[in-house]
Amino acid sequence: MNFAKLQRSALLAIRSLWLHKLRAFLSVLGIIIGTGAVIALMAFGEGNMKEALDDIKRQGATNVVVRSIKPSDDSSTGSRSFVASYGLTFEDLSRLQNLDGILSIVPMRIFPQEIRRFERLVSAGRLVATVPEYAIVNKLELSTGRFITEKDNREMNNVCVIATNLANRLFPLDNPMGQTVVIKNNHYKIIGVMKDRMATSASGGSQAEEVFDNDVYIPLDTYRELYGATIFLRQSGSRSGERMQLSQITLTIDSEVDTRAGREKVKAMGDLIRSIIQQRHYKTDWAMTIPLDRLEELERSQDRYTVLLAMVASISLLVGGIGIMNIMLATVTERTREIGIRRALGAKRRDIITQFLVEAVVQTTVGGMIGVFCGLSIVLIAPIAMQKFFNQHLPTLINSFWIIVSLSVSILVGVIFGLYPAIKAAKLDPIEALRHE
Amino acid sequence: MSYIVRIVDLHKYYYLGGEALHVLKGLNLEIFEGDFVALMGPSGSGKSTLLNILGCLDRLSDGKYELSEVDVSHMADDELSEVRSRYLGFIFQSYNLLPQYTVVENIEVPLLYQNIKLNEITKQRCLALADMVGLGSRLDHRPFQLSGGQQQRVAIARALVNDPHVILADEPTGNLDTKTSVEIMTMLRKLNQAGKTIIMVTHENDIAEWARRVIRLRDGVIESDIRND
Ligand SMILES: Nc1ncnc2c1ncn2[C@@H]1O[C@H](COP(=O)(O)OP(=O)(O)O)[C@@H](O)[C@H]1O
Ligand SMILES: [Mg+2]
Repeated sequence: MNFAKLQRSALLAIRSLWLHKLRAFLSVLGIIIGTGAVIALMAFGEGNMKEALDDIKRQGATNVVVRSIKPSDDSSTGSRSFVASYGLTFEDLSRLQNLDGILSIVPMRIFPQEIRRFERLVSAGRLVATVPEYAIVNKLELSTGRFITEKDNREMNNVCVIATNLANRLFPLDNPMGQTVVIKNNHYKIIGVMKDRMATSASGGSQAEEVFDNDVYIPLDTYRELYGATIFLRQSGSRSGERMQLSQITLTIDSEVDTRAGREKVKAMGDLIRSIIQQRHYKTDWAMTIPLDRLEELERSQDRYTVLLAMVASISLLVGGIGIMNIMLATVTERTREIGIRRALGAKRRDIITQFLVEAVVQTTVGGMIGVFCGLSIVLIAPIAMQKFFNQHLPTLINSFWIIVSLSVSILVGVIFGLYPAIKAAKLDPIEALRHE
Repeated sequence: MSYIVRIVDLHKYYYLGGEALHVLKGLNLEIFEGDFVALMGPSGSGKSTLLNILGCLDRLSDGKYELSEVDVSHMADDELSEVRSRYLGFIFQSYNLLPQYTVVENIEVPLLYQNIKLNEITKQRCLALADMVGLGSRLDHRPFQLSGGQQQRVAIARALVNDPHVILADEPTGNLDTKTSVEIMTMLRKLNQAGKTIIMVTHENDIAEWARRVIRLRDGVIESDIRND
């Protein structure tokens, strides 16, 4: 069987199918739906997955994050004036700083704070007192100026870096660089403005969604010097409040998440860090988040999704294949005389098999192509429609791997389900076939 | 001169529900190259059965069949296809053109099953044959656009495309009126005069008259074997 012969068979197949367009279309509908569904659903699934993974990577996939949380039994004391003292301490920090295998360790205090510039006030500001490594760990980008330095921290300078959005609100007309903002009655000079930073989504555990639009970054040591080791947060409208030293410590492990060993190391370090902190904390006033855990959780759910989809697709392709087989059997009966004629004119059995097999494969391949086309159309149109009508973002990711798989499976379905009718056609007795009306 | 067809003590049985139907009962026959033979006989006498065996479409039950001095009695299915493809041409009573093909494409079909490349040369050959049977102006017509006589002429061109040793025709004029029958028979006679061996089944005497030799079957045996010329 040479290429020219195959090409001729394919052309003949297309012509025979063209005689019964609607019938051919209906018979491959199952294939179209199957491949279309695979392409579309995989694109949605993988788009979602990629978005989540990117989110985790933004948070740092090799990070271990420990946070102060308010112990749950506090509320049961019933005291309105109770001042809860809890959370991570500077002692925890120095103990963690002794660990090996850690690239950076970033302590921070984060809390809501009014930010003022003369008569302008942003009440929903967020103060982040931290160290220079914060910028590296979070891959911060500045639009102008610089981030806090080691020197700022050492000298306890009254300097700050502010988010673009906040800068625009406080300085709608002039350049914020070098100007002063007031935080808790202290004046801070602006040394840098951040670029817009994408919010991170909630990731289970104690980690809530984080928005960075109204952030102000100041040196941790400056803050500690001005306000002491313990932050006292008064809850508005009550006399109760909270005391806390550090709200979060982010540790970046010297590892990677692309290898099993790298992942194991991150987890082992996580366990080690947990045990170190546990030694000094008798109540659960802290929590640990490992983005890698969420990454693996996501990968597992992605695998489950793929398996489920493969099952649905298999059923649809099975139905499609049976449709093809059914139509091919009808075709063979219908064209019995043609088979007899061809046999009389010298066609061998395998020529007949080839002819009908090619016809089935052409059908399923074209069906697969239509399915892929429909799937891709859905993938391209759905996000636009979602945005327009529901104002929702629908992430998608088109992976050529699934296109190749869909088309290969379509071809395979043609071969598998076309084979029996083709063999049946080839087995016909030439004389009987010629006599067939 | 050599035999192109030689059958020795040929028997054919059909088995119907365990019962054997003895259709051809020990036929002996030699046909020379270049002959034009008409097979005659009443309906059910075994003419078509014999022609199908001669055409390697059916197998004999017993005896021997040599085609161009090669014993084809026990060939495998693929080999028989090969023999049909190379050495035989068929003309049927009901033309048996492929409905989805044009005139030229129908003529080309036997070449599809030979191990040759279809190229300009084969294309020219098909066109020349179409021209020869008088359909040079209808190359792109489909069978349903042609009259019976025209369809049969396409079938003749198709039977010639592989330059066969023998042309086998089963009642080639059975579906045609007298005038068209004469046209077809004229064409077959010309082919025979040009050297083609033709074996034709018919039950009409005036058709048989076109042949050089008339063999009559009755109940599966040869009743008579007469030369016209
Ligand atoms: N495939 C078959 N199975 C059983 N009997 C057959 C078959 N083909 C032909 N016959 C029988 O063989 C006999 C000869 O048939 P056939 O050769 O077609 O006769 P003719 O062509 O001379 O009219 C008839 O009795 C017919 O019924
Ligand atoms: Mg007959």
